[in-house]
Amino acid sequence: MFEAILLTVMTAATPLVIAAMGELVAERSGVLNLGVEGMMIMGAVCAFATAHMTGSPYLGVLAGIGGGALFSLLFGFLTLTLVTNQVATGLALTILGLGVSGQLGESFVGLAGTKLQPIVFPVLSDIPFIGRVLFAQDLIFYLSIALIIGVNWFLFKSRTGLKMRAIGDNHGSAHALGINVVRTRYLAVLFGGACAGLAGAQLSLVYTPQWVENMSAGRGWIALALVVFASWRPWRILAGGYLFGAVTIGQLHAQAFGVGIPSQFLSALPYAATIVVLVIISHNRRTTLINTPASLGKPFVPDR
Amino acid sequence: MRIELERRPRASTAFAAISPLLALVLTLFFGGLMFWLMGKDPVATLYTFFVEPLFDVWSLHELVIKAAPLILIAVGLSICYRSNNWNIGAEGQFTIGAITGSILPVLMPQWHSVLLLPAMLIMGMLGGALYAGIPALLKTRFNTNEILTSLMLVYIAQLFLDWLVRGPWRDPQGYNFPKTISFAPEAILPELLDSGRAHWAAVFAIVAAVALWFMMRFMLKGFEVSVLGQAERAGRFAGFSSKKMVWFALMLSGALAGLAGISEVSGSIGHLQPSISPGYGFTAIIVAFLGRLNPLGIIASGLVLALTYLGGEAAQLSIGISDKISRVFQGLLLFFVLSCDTLILYRIRLVFSGNKTEAGAQKNV
Repeated sequence: MFEAILLTVMTAATPLVIAAMGELVAERSGVLNLGVEGMMIMGAVCAFATAHMTGSPYLGVLAGIGGGALFSLLFGFLTLTLVTNQVATGLALTILGLGVSGQLGESFVGLAGTKLQPIVFPVLSDIPFIGRVLFAQDLIFYLSIALIIGVNWFLFKSRTGLKMRAIGDNHGSAHALGINVVRTRYLAVLFGGACAGLAGAQLSLVYTPQWVENMSAGRGWIALALVVFASWRPWRILAGGYLFGAVTIGQLHAQAFGVGIPSQFLSALPYAATIVVLVIISHNRRTTLINTPASLGKPFVPDR
Repeated sequence: MRIELERRPRASTAFAAISPLLALVLTLFFGGLMFWLMGKDPVATLYTFFVEPLFDVWSLHELVIKAAPLILIAVGLSICYRSNNWNIGAEGQFTIGAITGSILPVLMPQWHSVLLLPAMLIMGMLGGALYAGIPALLKTRFNTNEILTSLMLVYIAQLFLDWLVRGPWRDPQGYNFPKTISFAPEAILPELLDSGRAHWAAVFAIVAAVALWFMMRFMLKGFEVSVLGQAERAGRFAGFSSKKMVWFALMLSGALAGLAGISEVSGSIGHLQPSISPGYGFTAIIVAFLGRLNPLGIIASGLVLALTYLGGEAAQLSIGISDKISRVFQGLLLFFVLSCDTLILYRIRLVFSGNKTEAGAQKNV
């Protein structure tokens, strides 16, 4: 029983963790991309469509990543090349993503999906208690863990990661030092898009293997909140993501057991929790200032 | 080839005027391309979408009905965005305004009075303003990002409405349909003309737009909005309070969204139901930007965006394209508006090779 609940919590947490990880990298480079929701839903529809037409969920995963990344390029072109307002452009990306995915997915509504099957590690999965939880999961779960380790290493142990953080904290100085600010940010935005797309693929191939319009249901926004919650540190995303996964699953179980609270109030819990968590994290102005990448959301035009 | 931006010595007034039009043309071009790729005749489809609805008295009324809430919400948002407060939860304030405005007609159906309608409208505005006060409180008191909190409150408001109309407020004679009782005639916003359904919300929208235009143009408060939005520090030296501005901008836009909500329910629907808006609160963000955050420009852009809703419905009926295409148009439009606005501050130059070596040398430092 406990194992089963833990497994569902992990499935609910994985897309949040992955999307937040991508956004974390983009924000560390100083780009605030509010289009996570849009990129996620594009990933979801591309993944579902590809998996449905080819029969291979793995091609679906690739398509999800590609769809999210391509879509983020649009955001990159506007905010980095044309230096548009990042907040407004991110909103535009979300609105366009919800529209385009609804249009693309029209013919896939109600079709049976192709579920991504778990990859079971032979000996490890027999370890009592943790074996099935950690070693009999689908590919995307393993990727989510790899992402955290990889991003953590990249940001804090690699040279390029150091440069990226420098750009995020002061793009003027980074530019003066000869770091290519715009190119690095393009890569960071692309990575964010690829992650959001992968998170979307998880939704339409693992979490609920079917296509439903607006199926991301605000998860992209929760991922954005998670980055603030984690104060831009990769491991805290894991903690935050699982906390939100637990709230989501907890309220679903509470609905199933019929605890006498209207289901709508329980469904609102993850959103209310997001607000509460944001308030707790950001009420101390000084720590927020220290943690936030200083150039976040600011436009940059290289002077030549 | 790369694109380089060169800052203009001063903002170009010519481009400030034509950039929204340029964006419209580009949107139509890409829209046509999209229809062509879908195997439809692009010209005929665009005609059905954007021109045909304008030839019919019935659909002109529908255009006004859809433009009114968009304009009401967007003029409020324009004050928010000008003062650098990113309220993106207007959809939630719209919903709460609709709920608080409906308290009287739903819970006191036997109260028939000329005062009923004004009371409903005021309660709707209060509800929207108070709901927008939540992100304002959290931003001023706890330093919490208003973008995320206002958006989360949208989901909460929609779930709350869903609970109300399925639970305590459900019409006992409604055959279990999730809706409240139908409003009494005194609680219905009257129609403007005999020729169609367009109602008083359109008048509210025009009044709000003109009043806020006046405020931004001629009143100290409008100056305060612009200064605090463009240079908060300078504003503080002038004695303006940015905290008070957060409250003012959010509650004003919340009140207008709430007014739009109760007007829509009272004028167009006549009862509460789980879904009362085709995303007006989000589309209004596009309206605000297309109108260049100018209340008078927003009147025009509100009509344009309302046309995308109508065109979507028309295209679905006569050409068999899903009405989701209107969302695509709306998103595309916002993209082009934002990119064309770059032309106001910058000259765009295409650089073909040339100083590549210089760029390469810079990279290797």
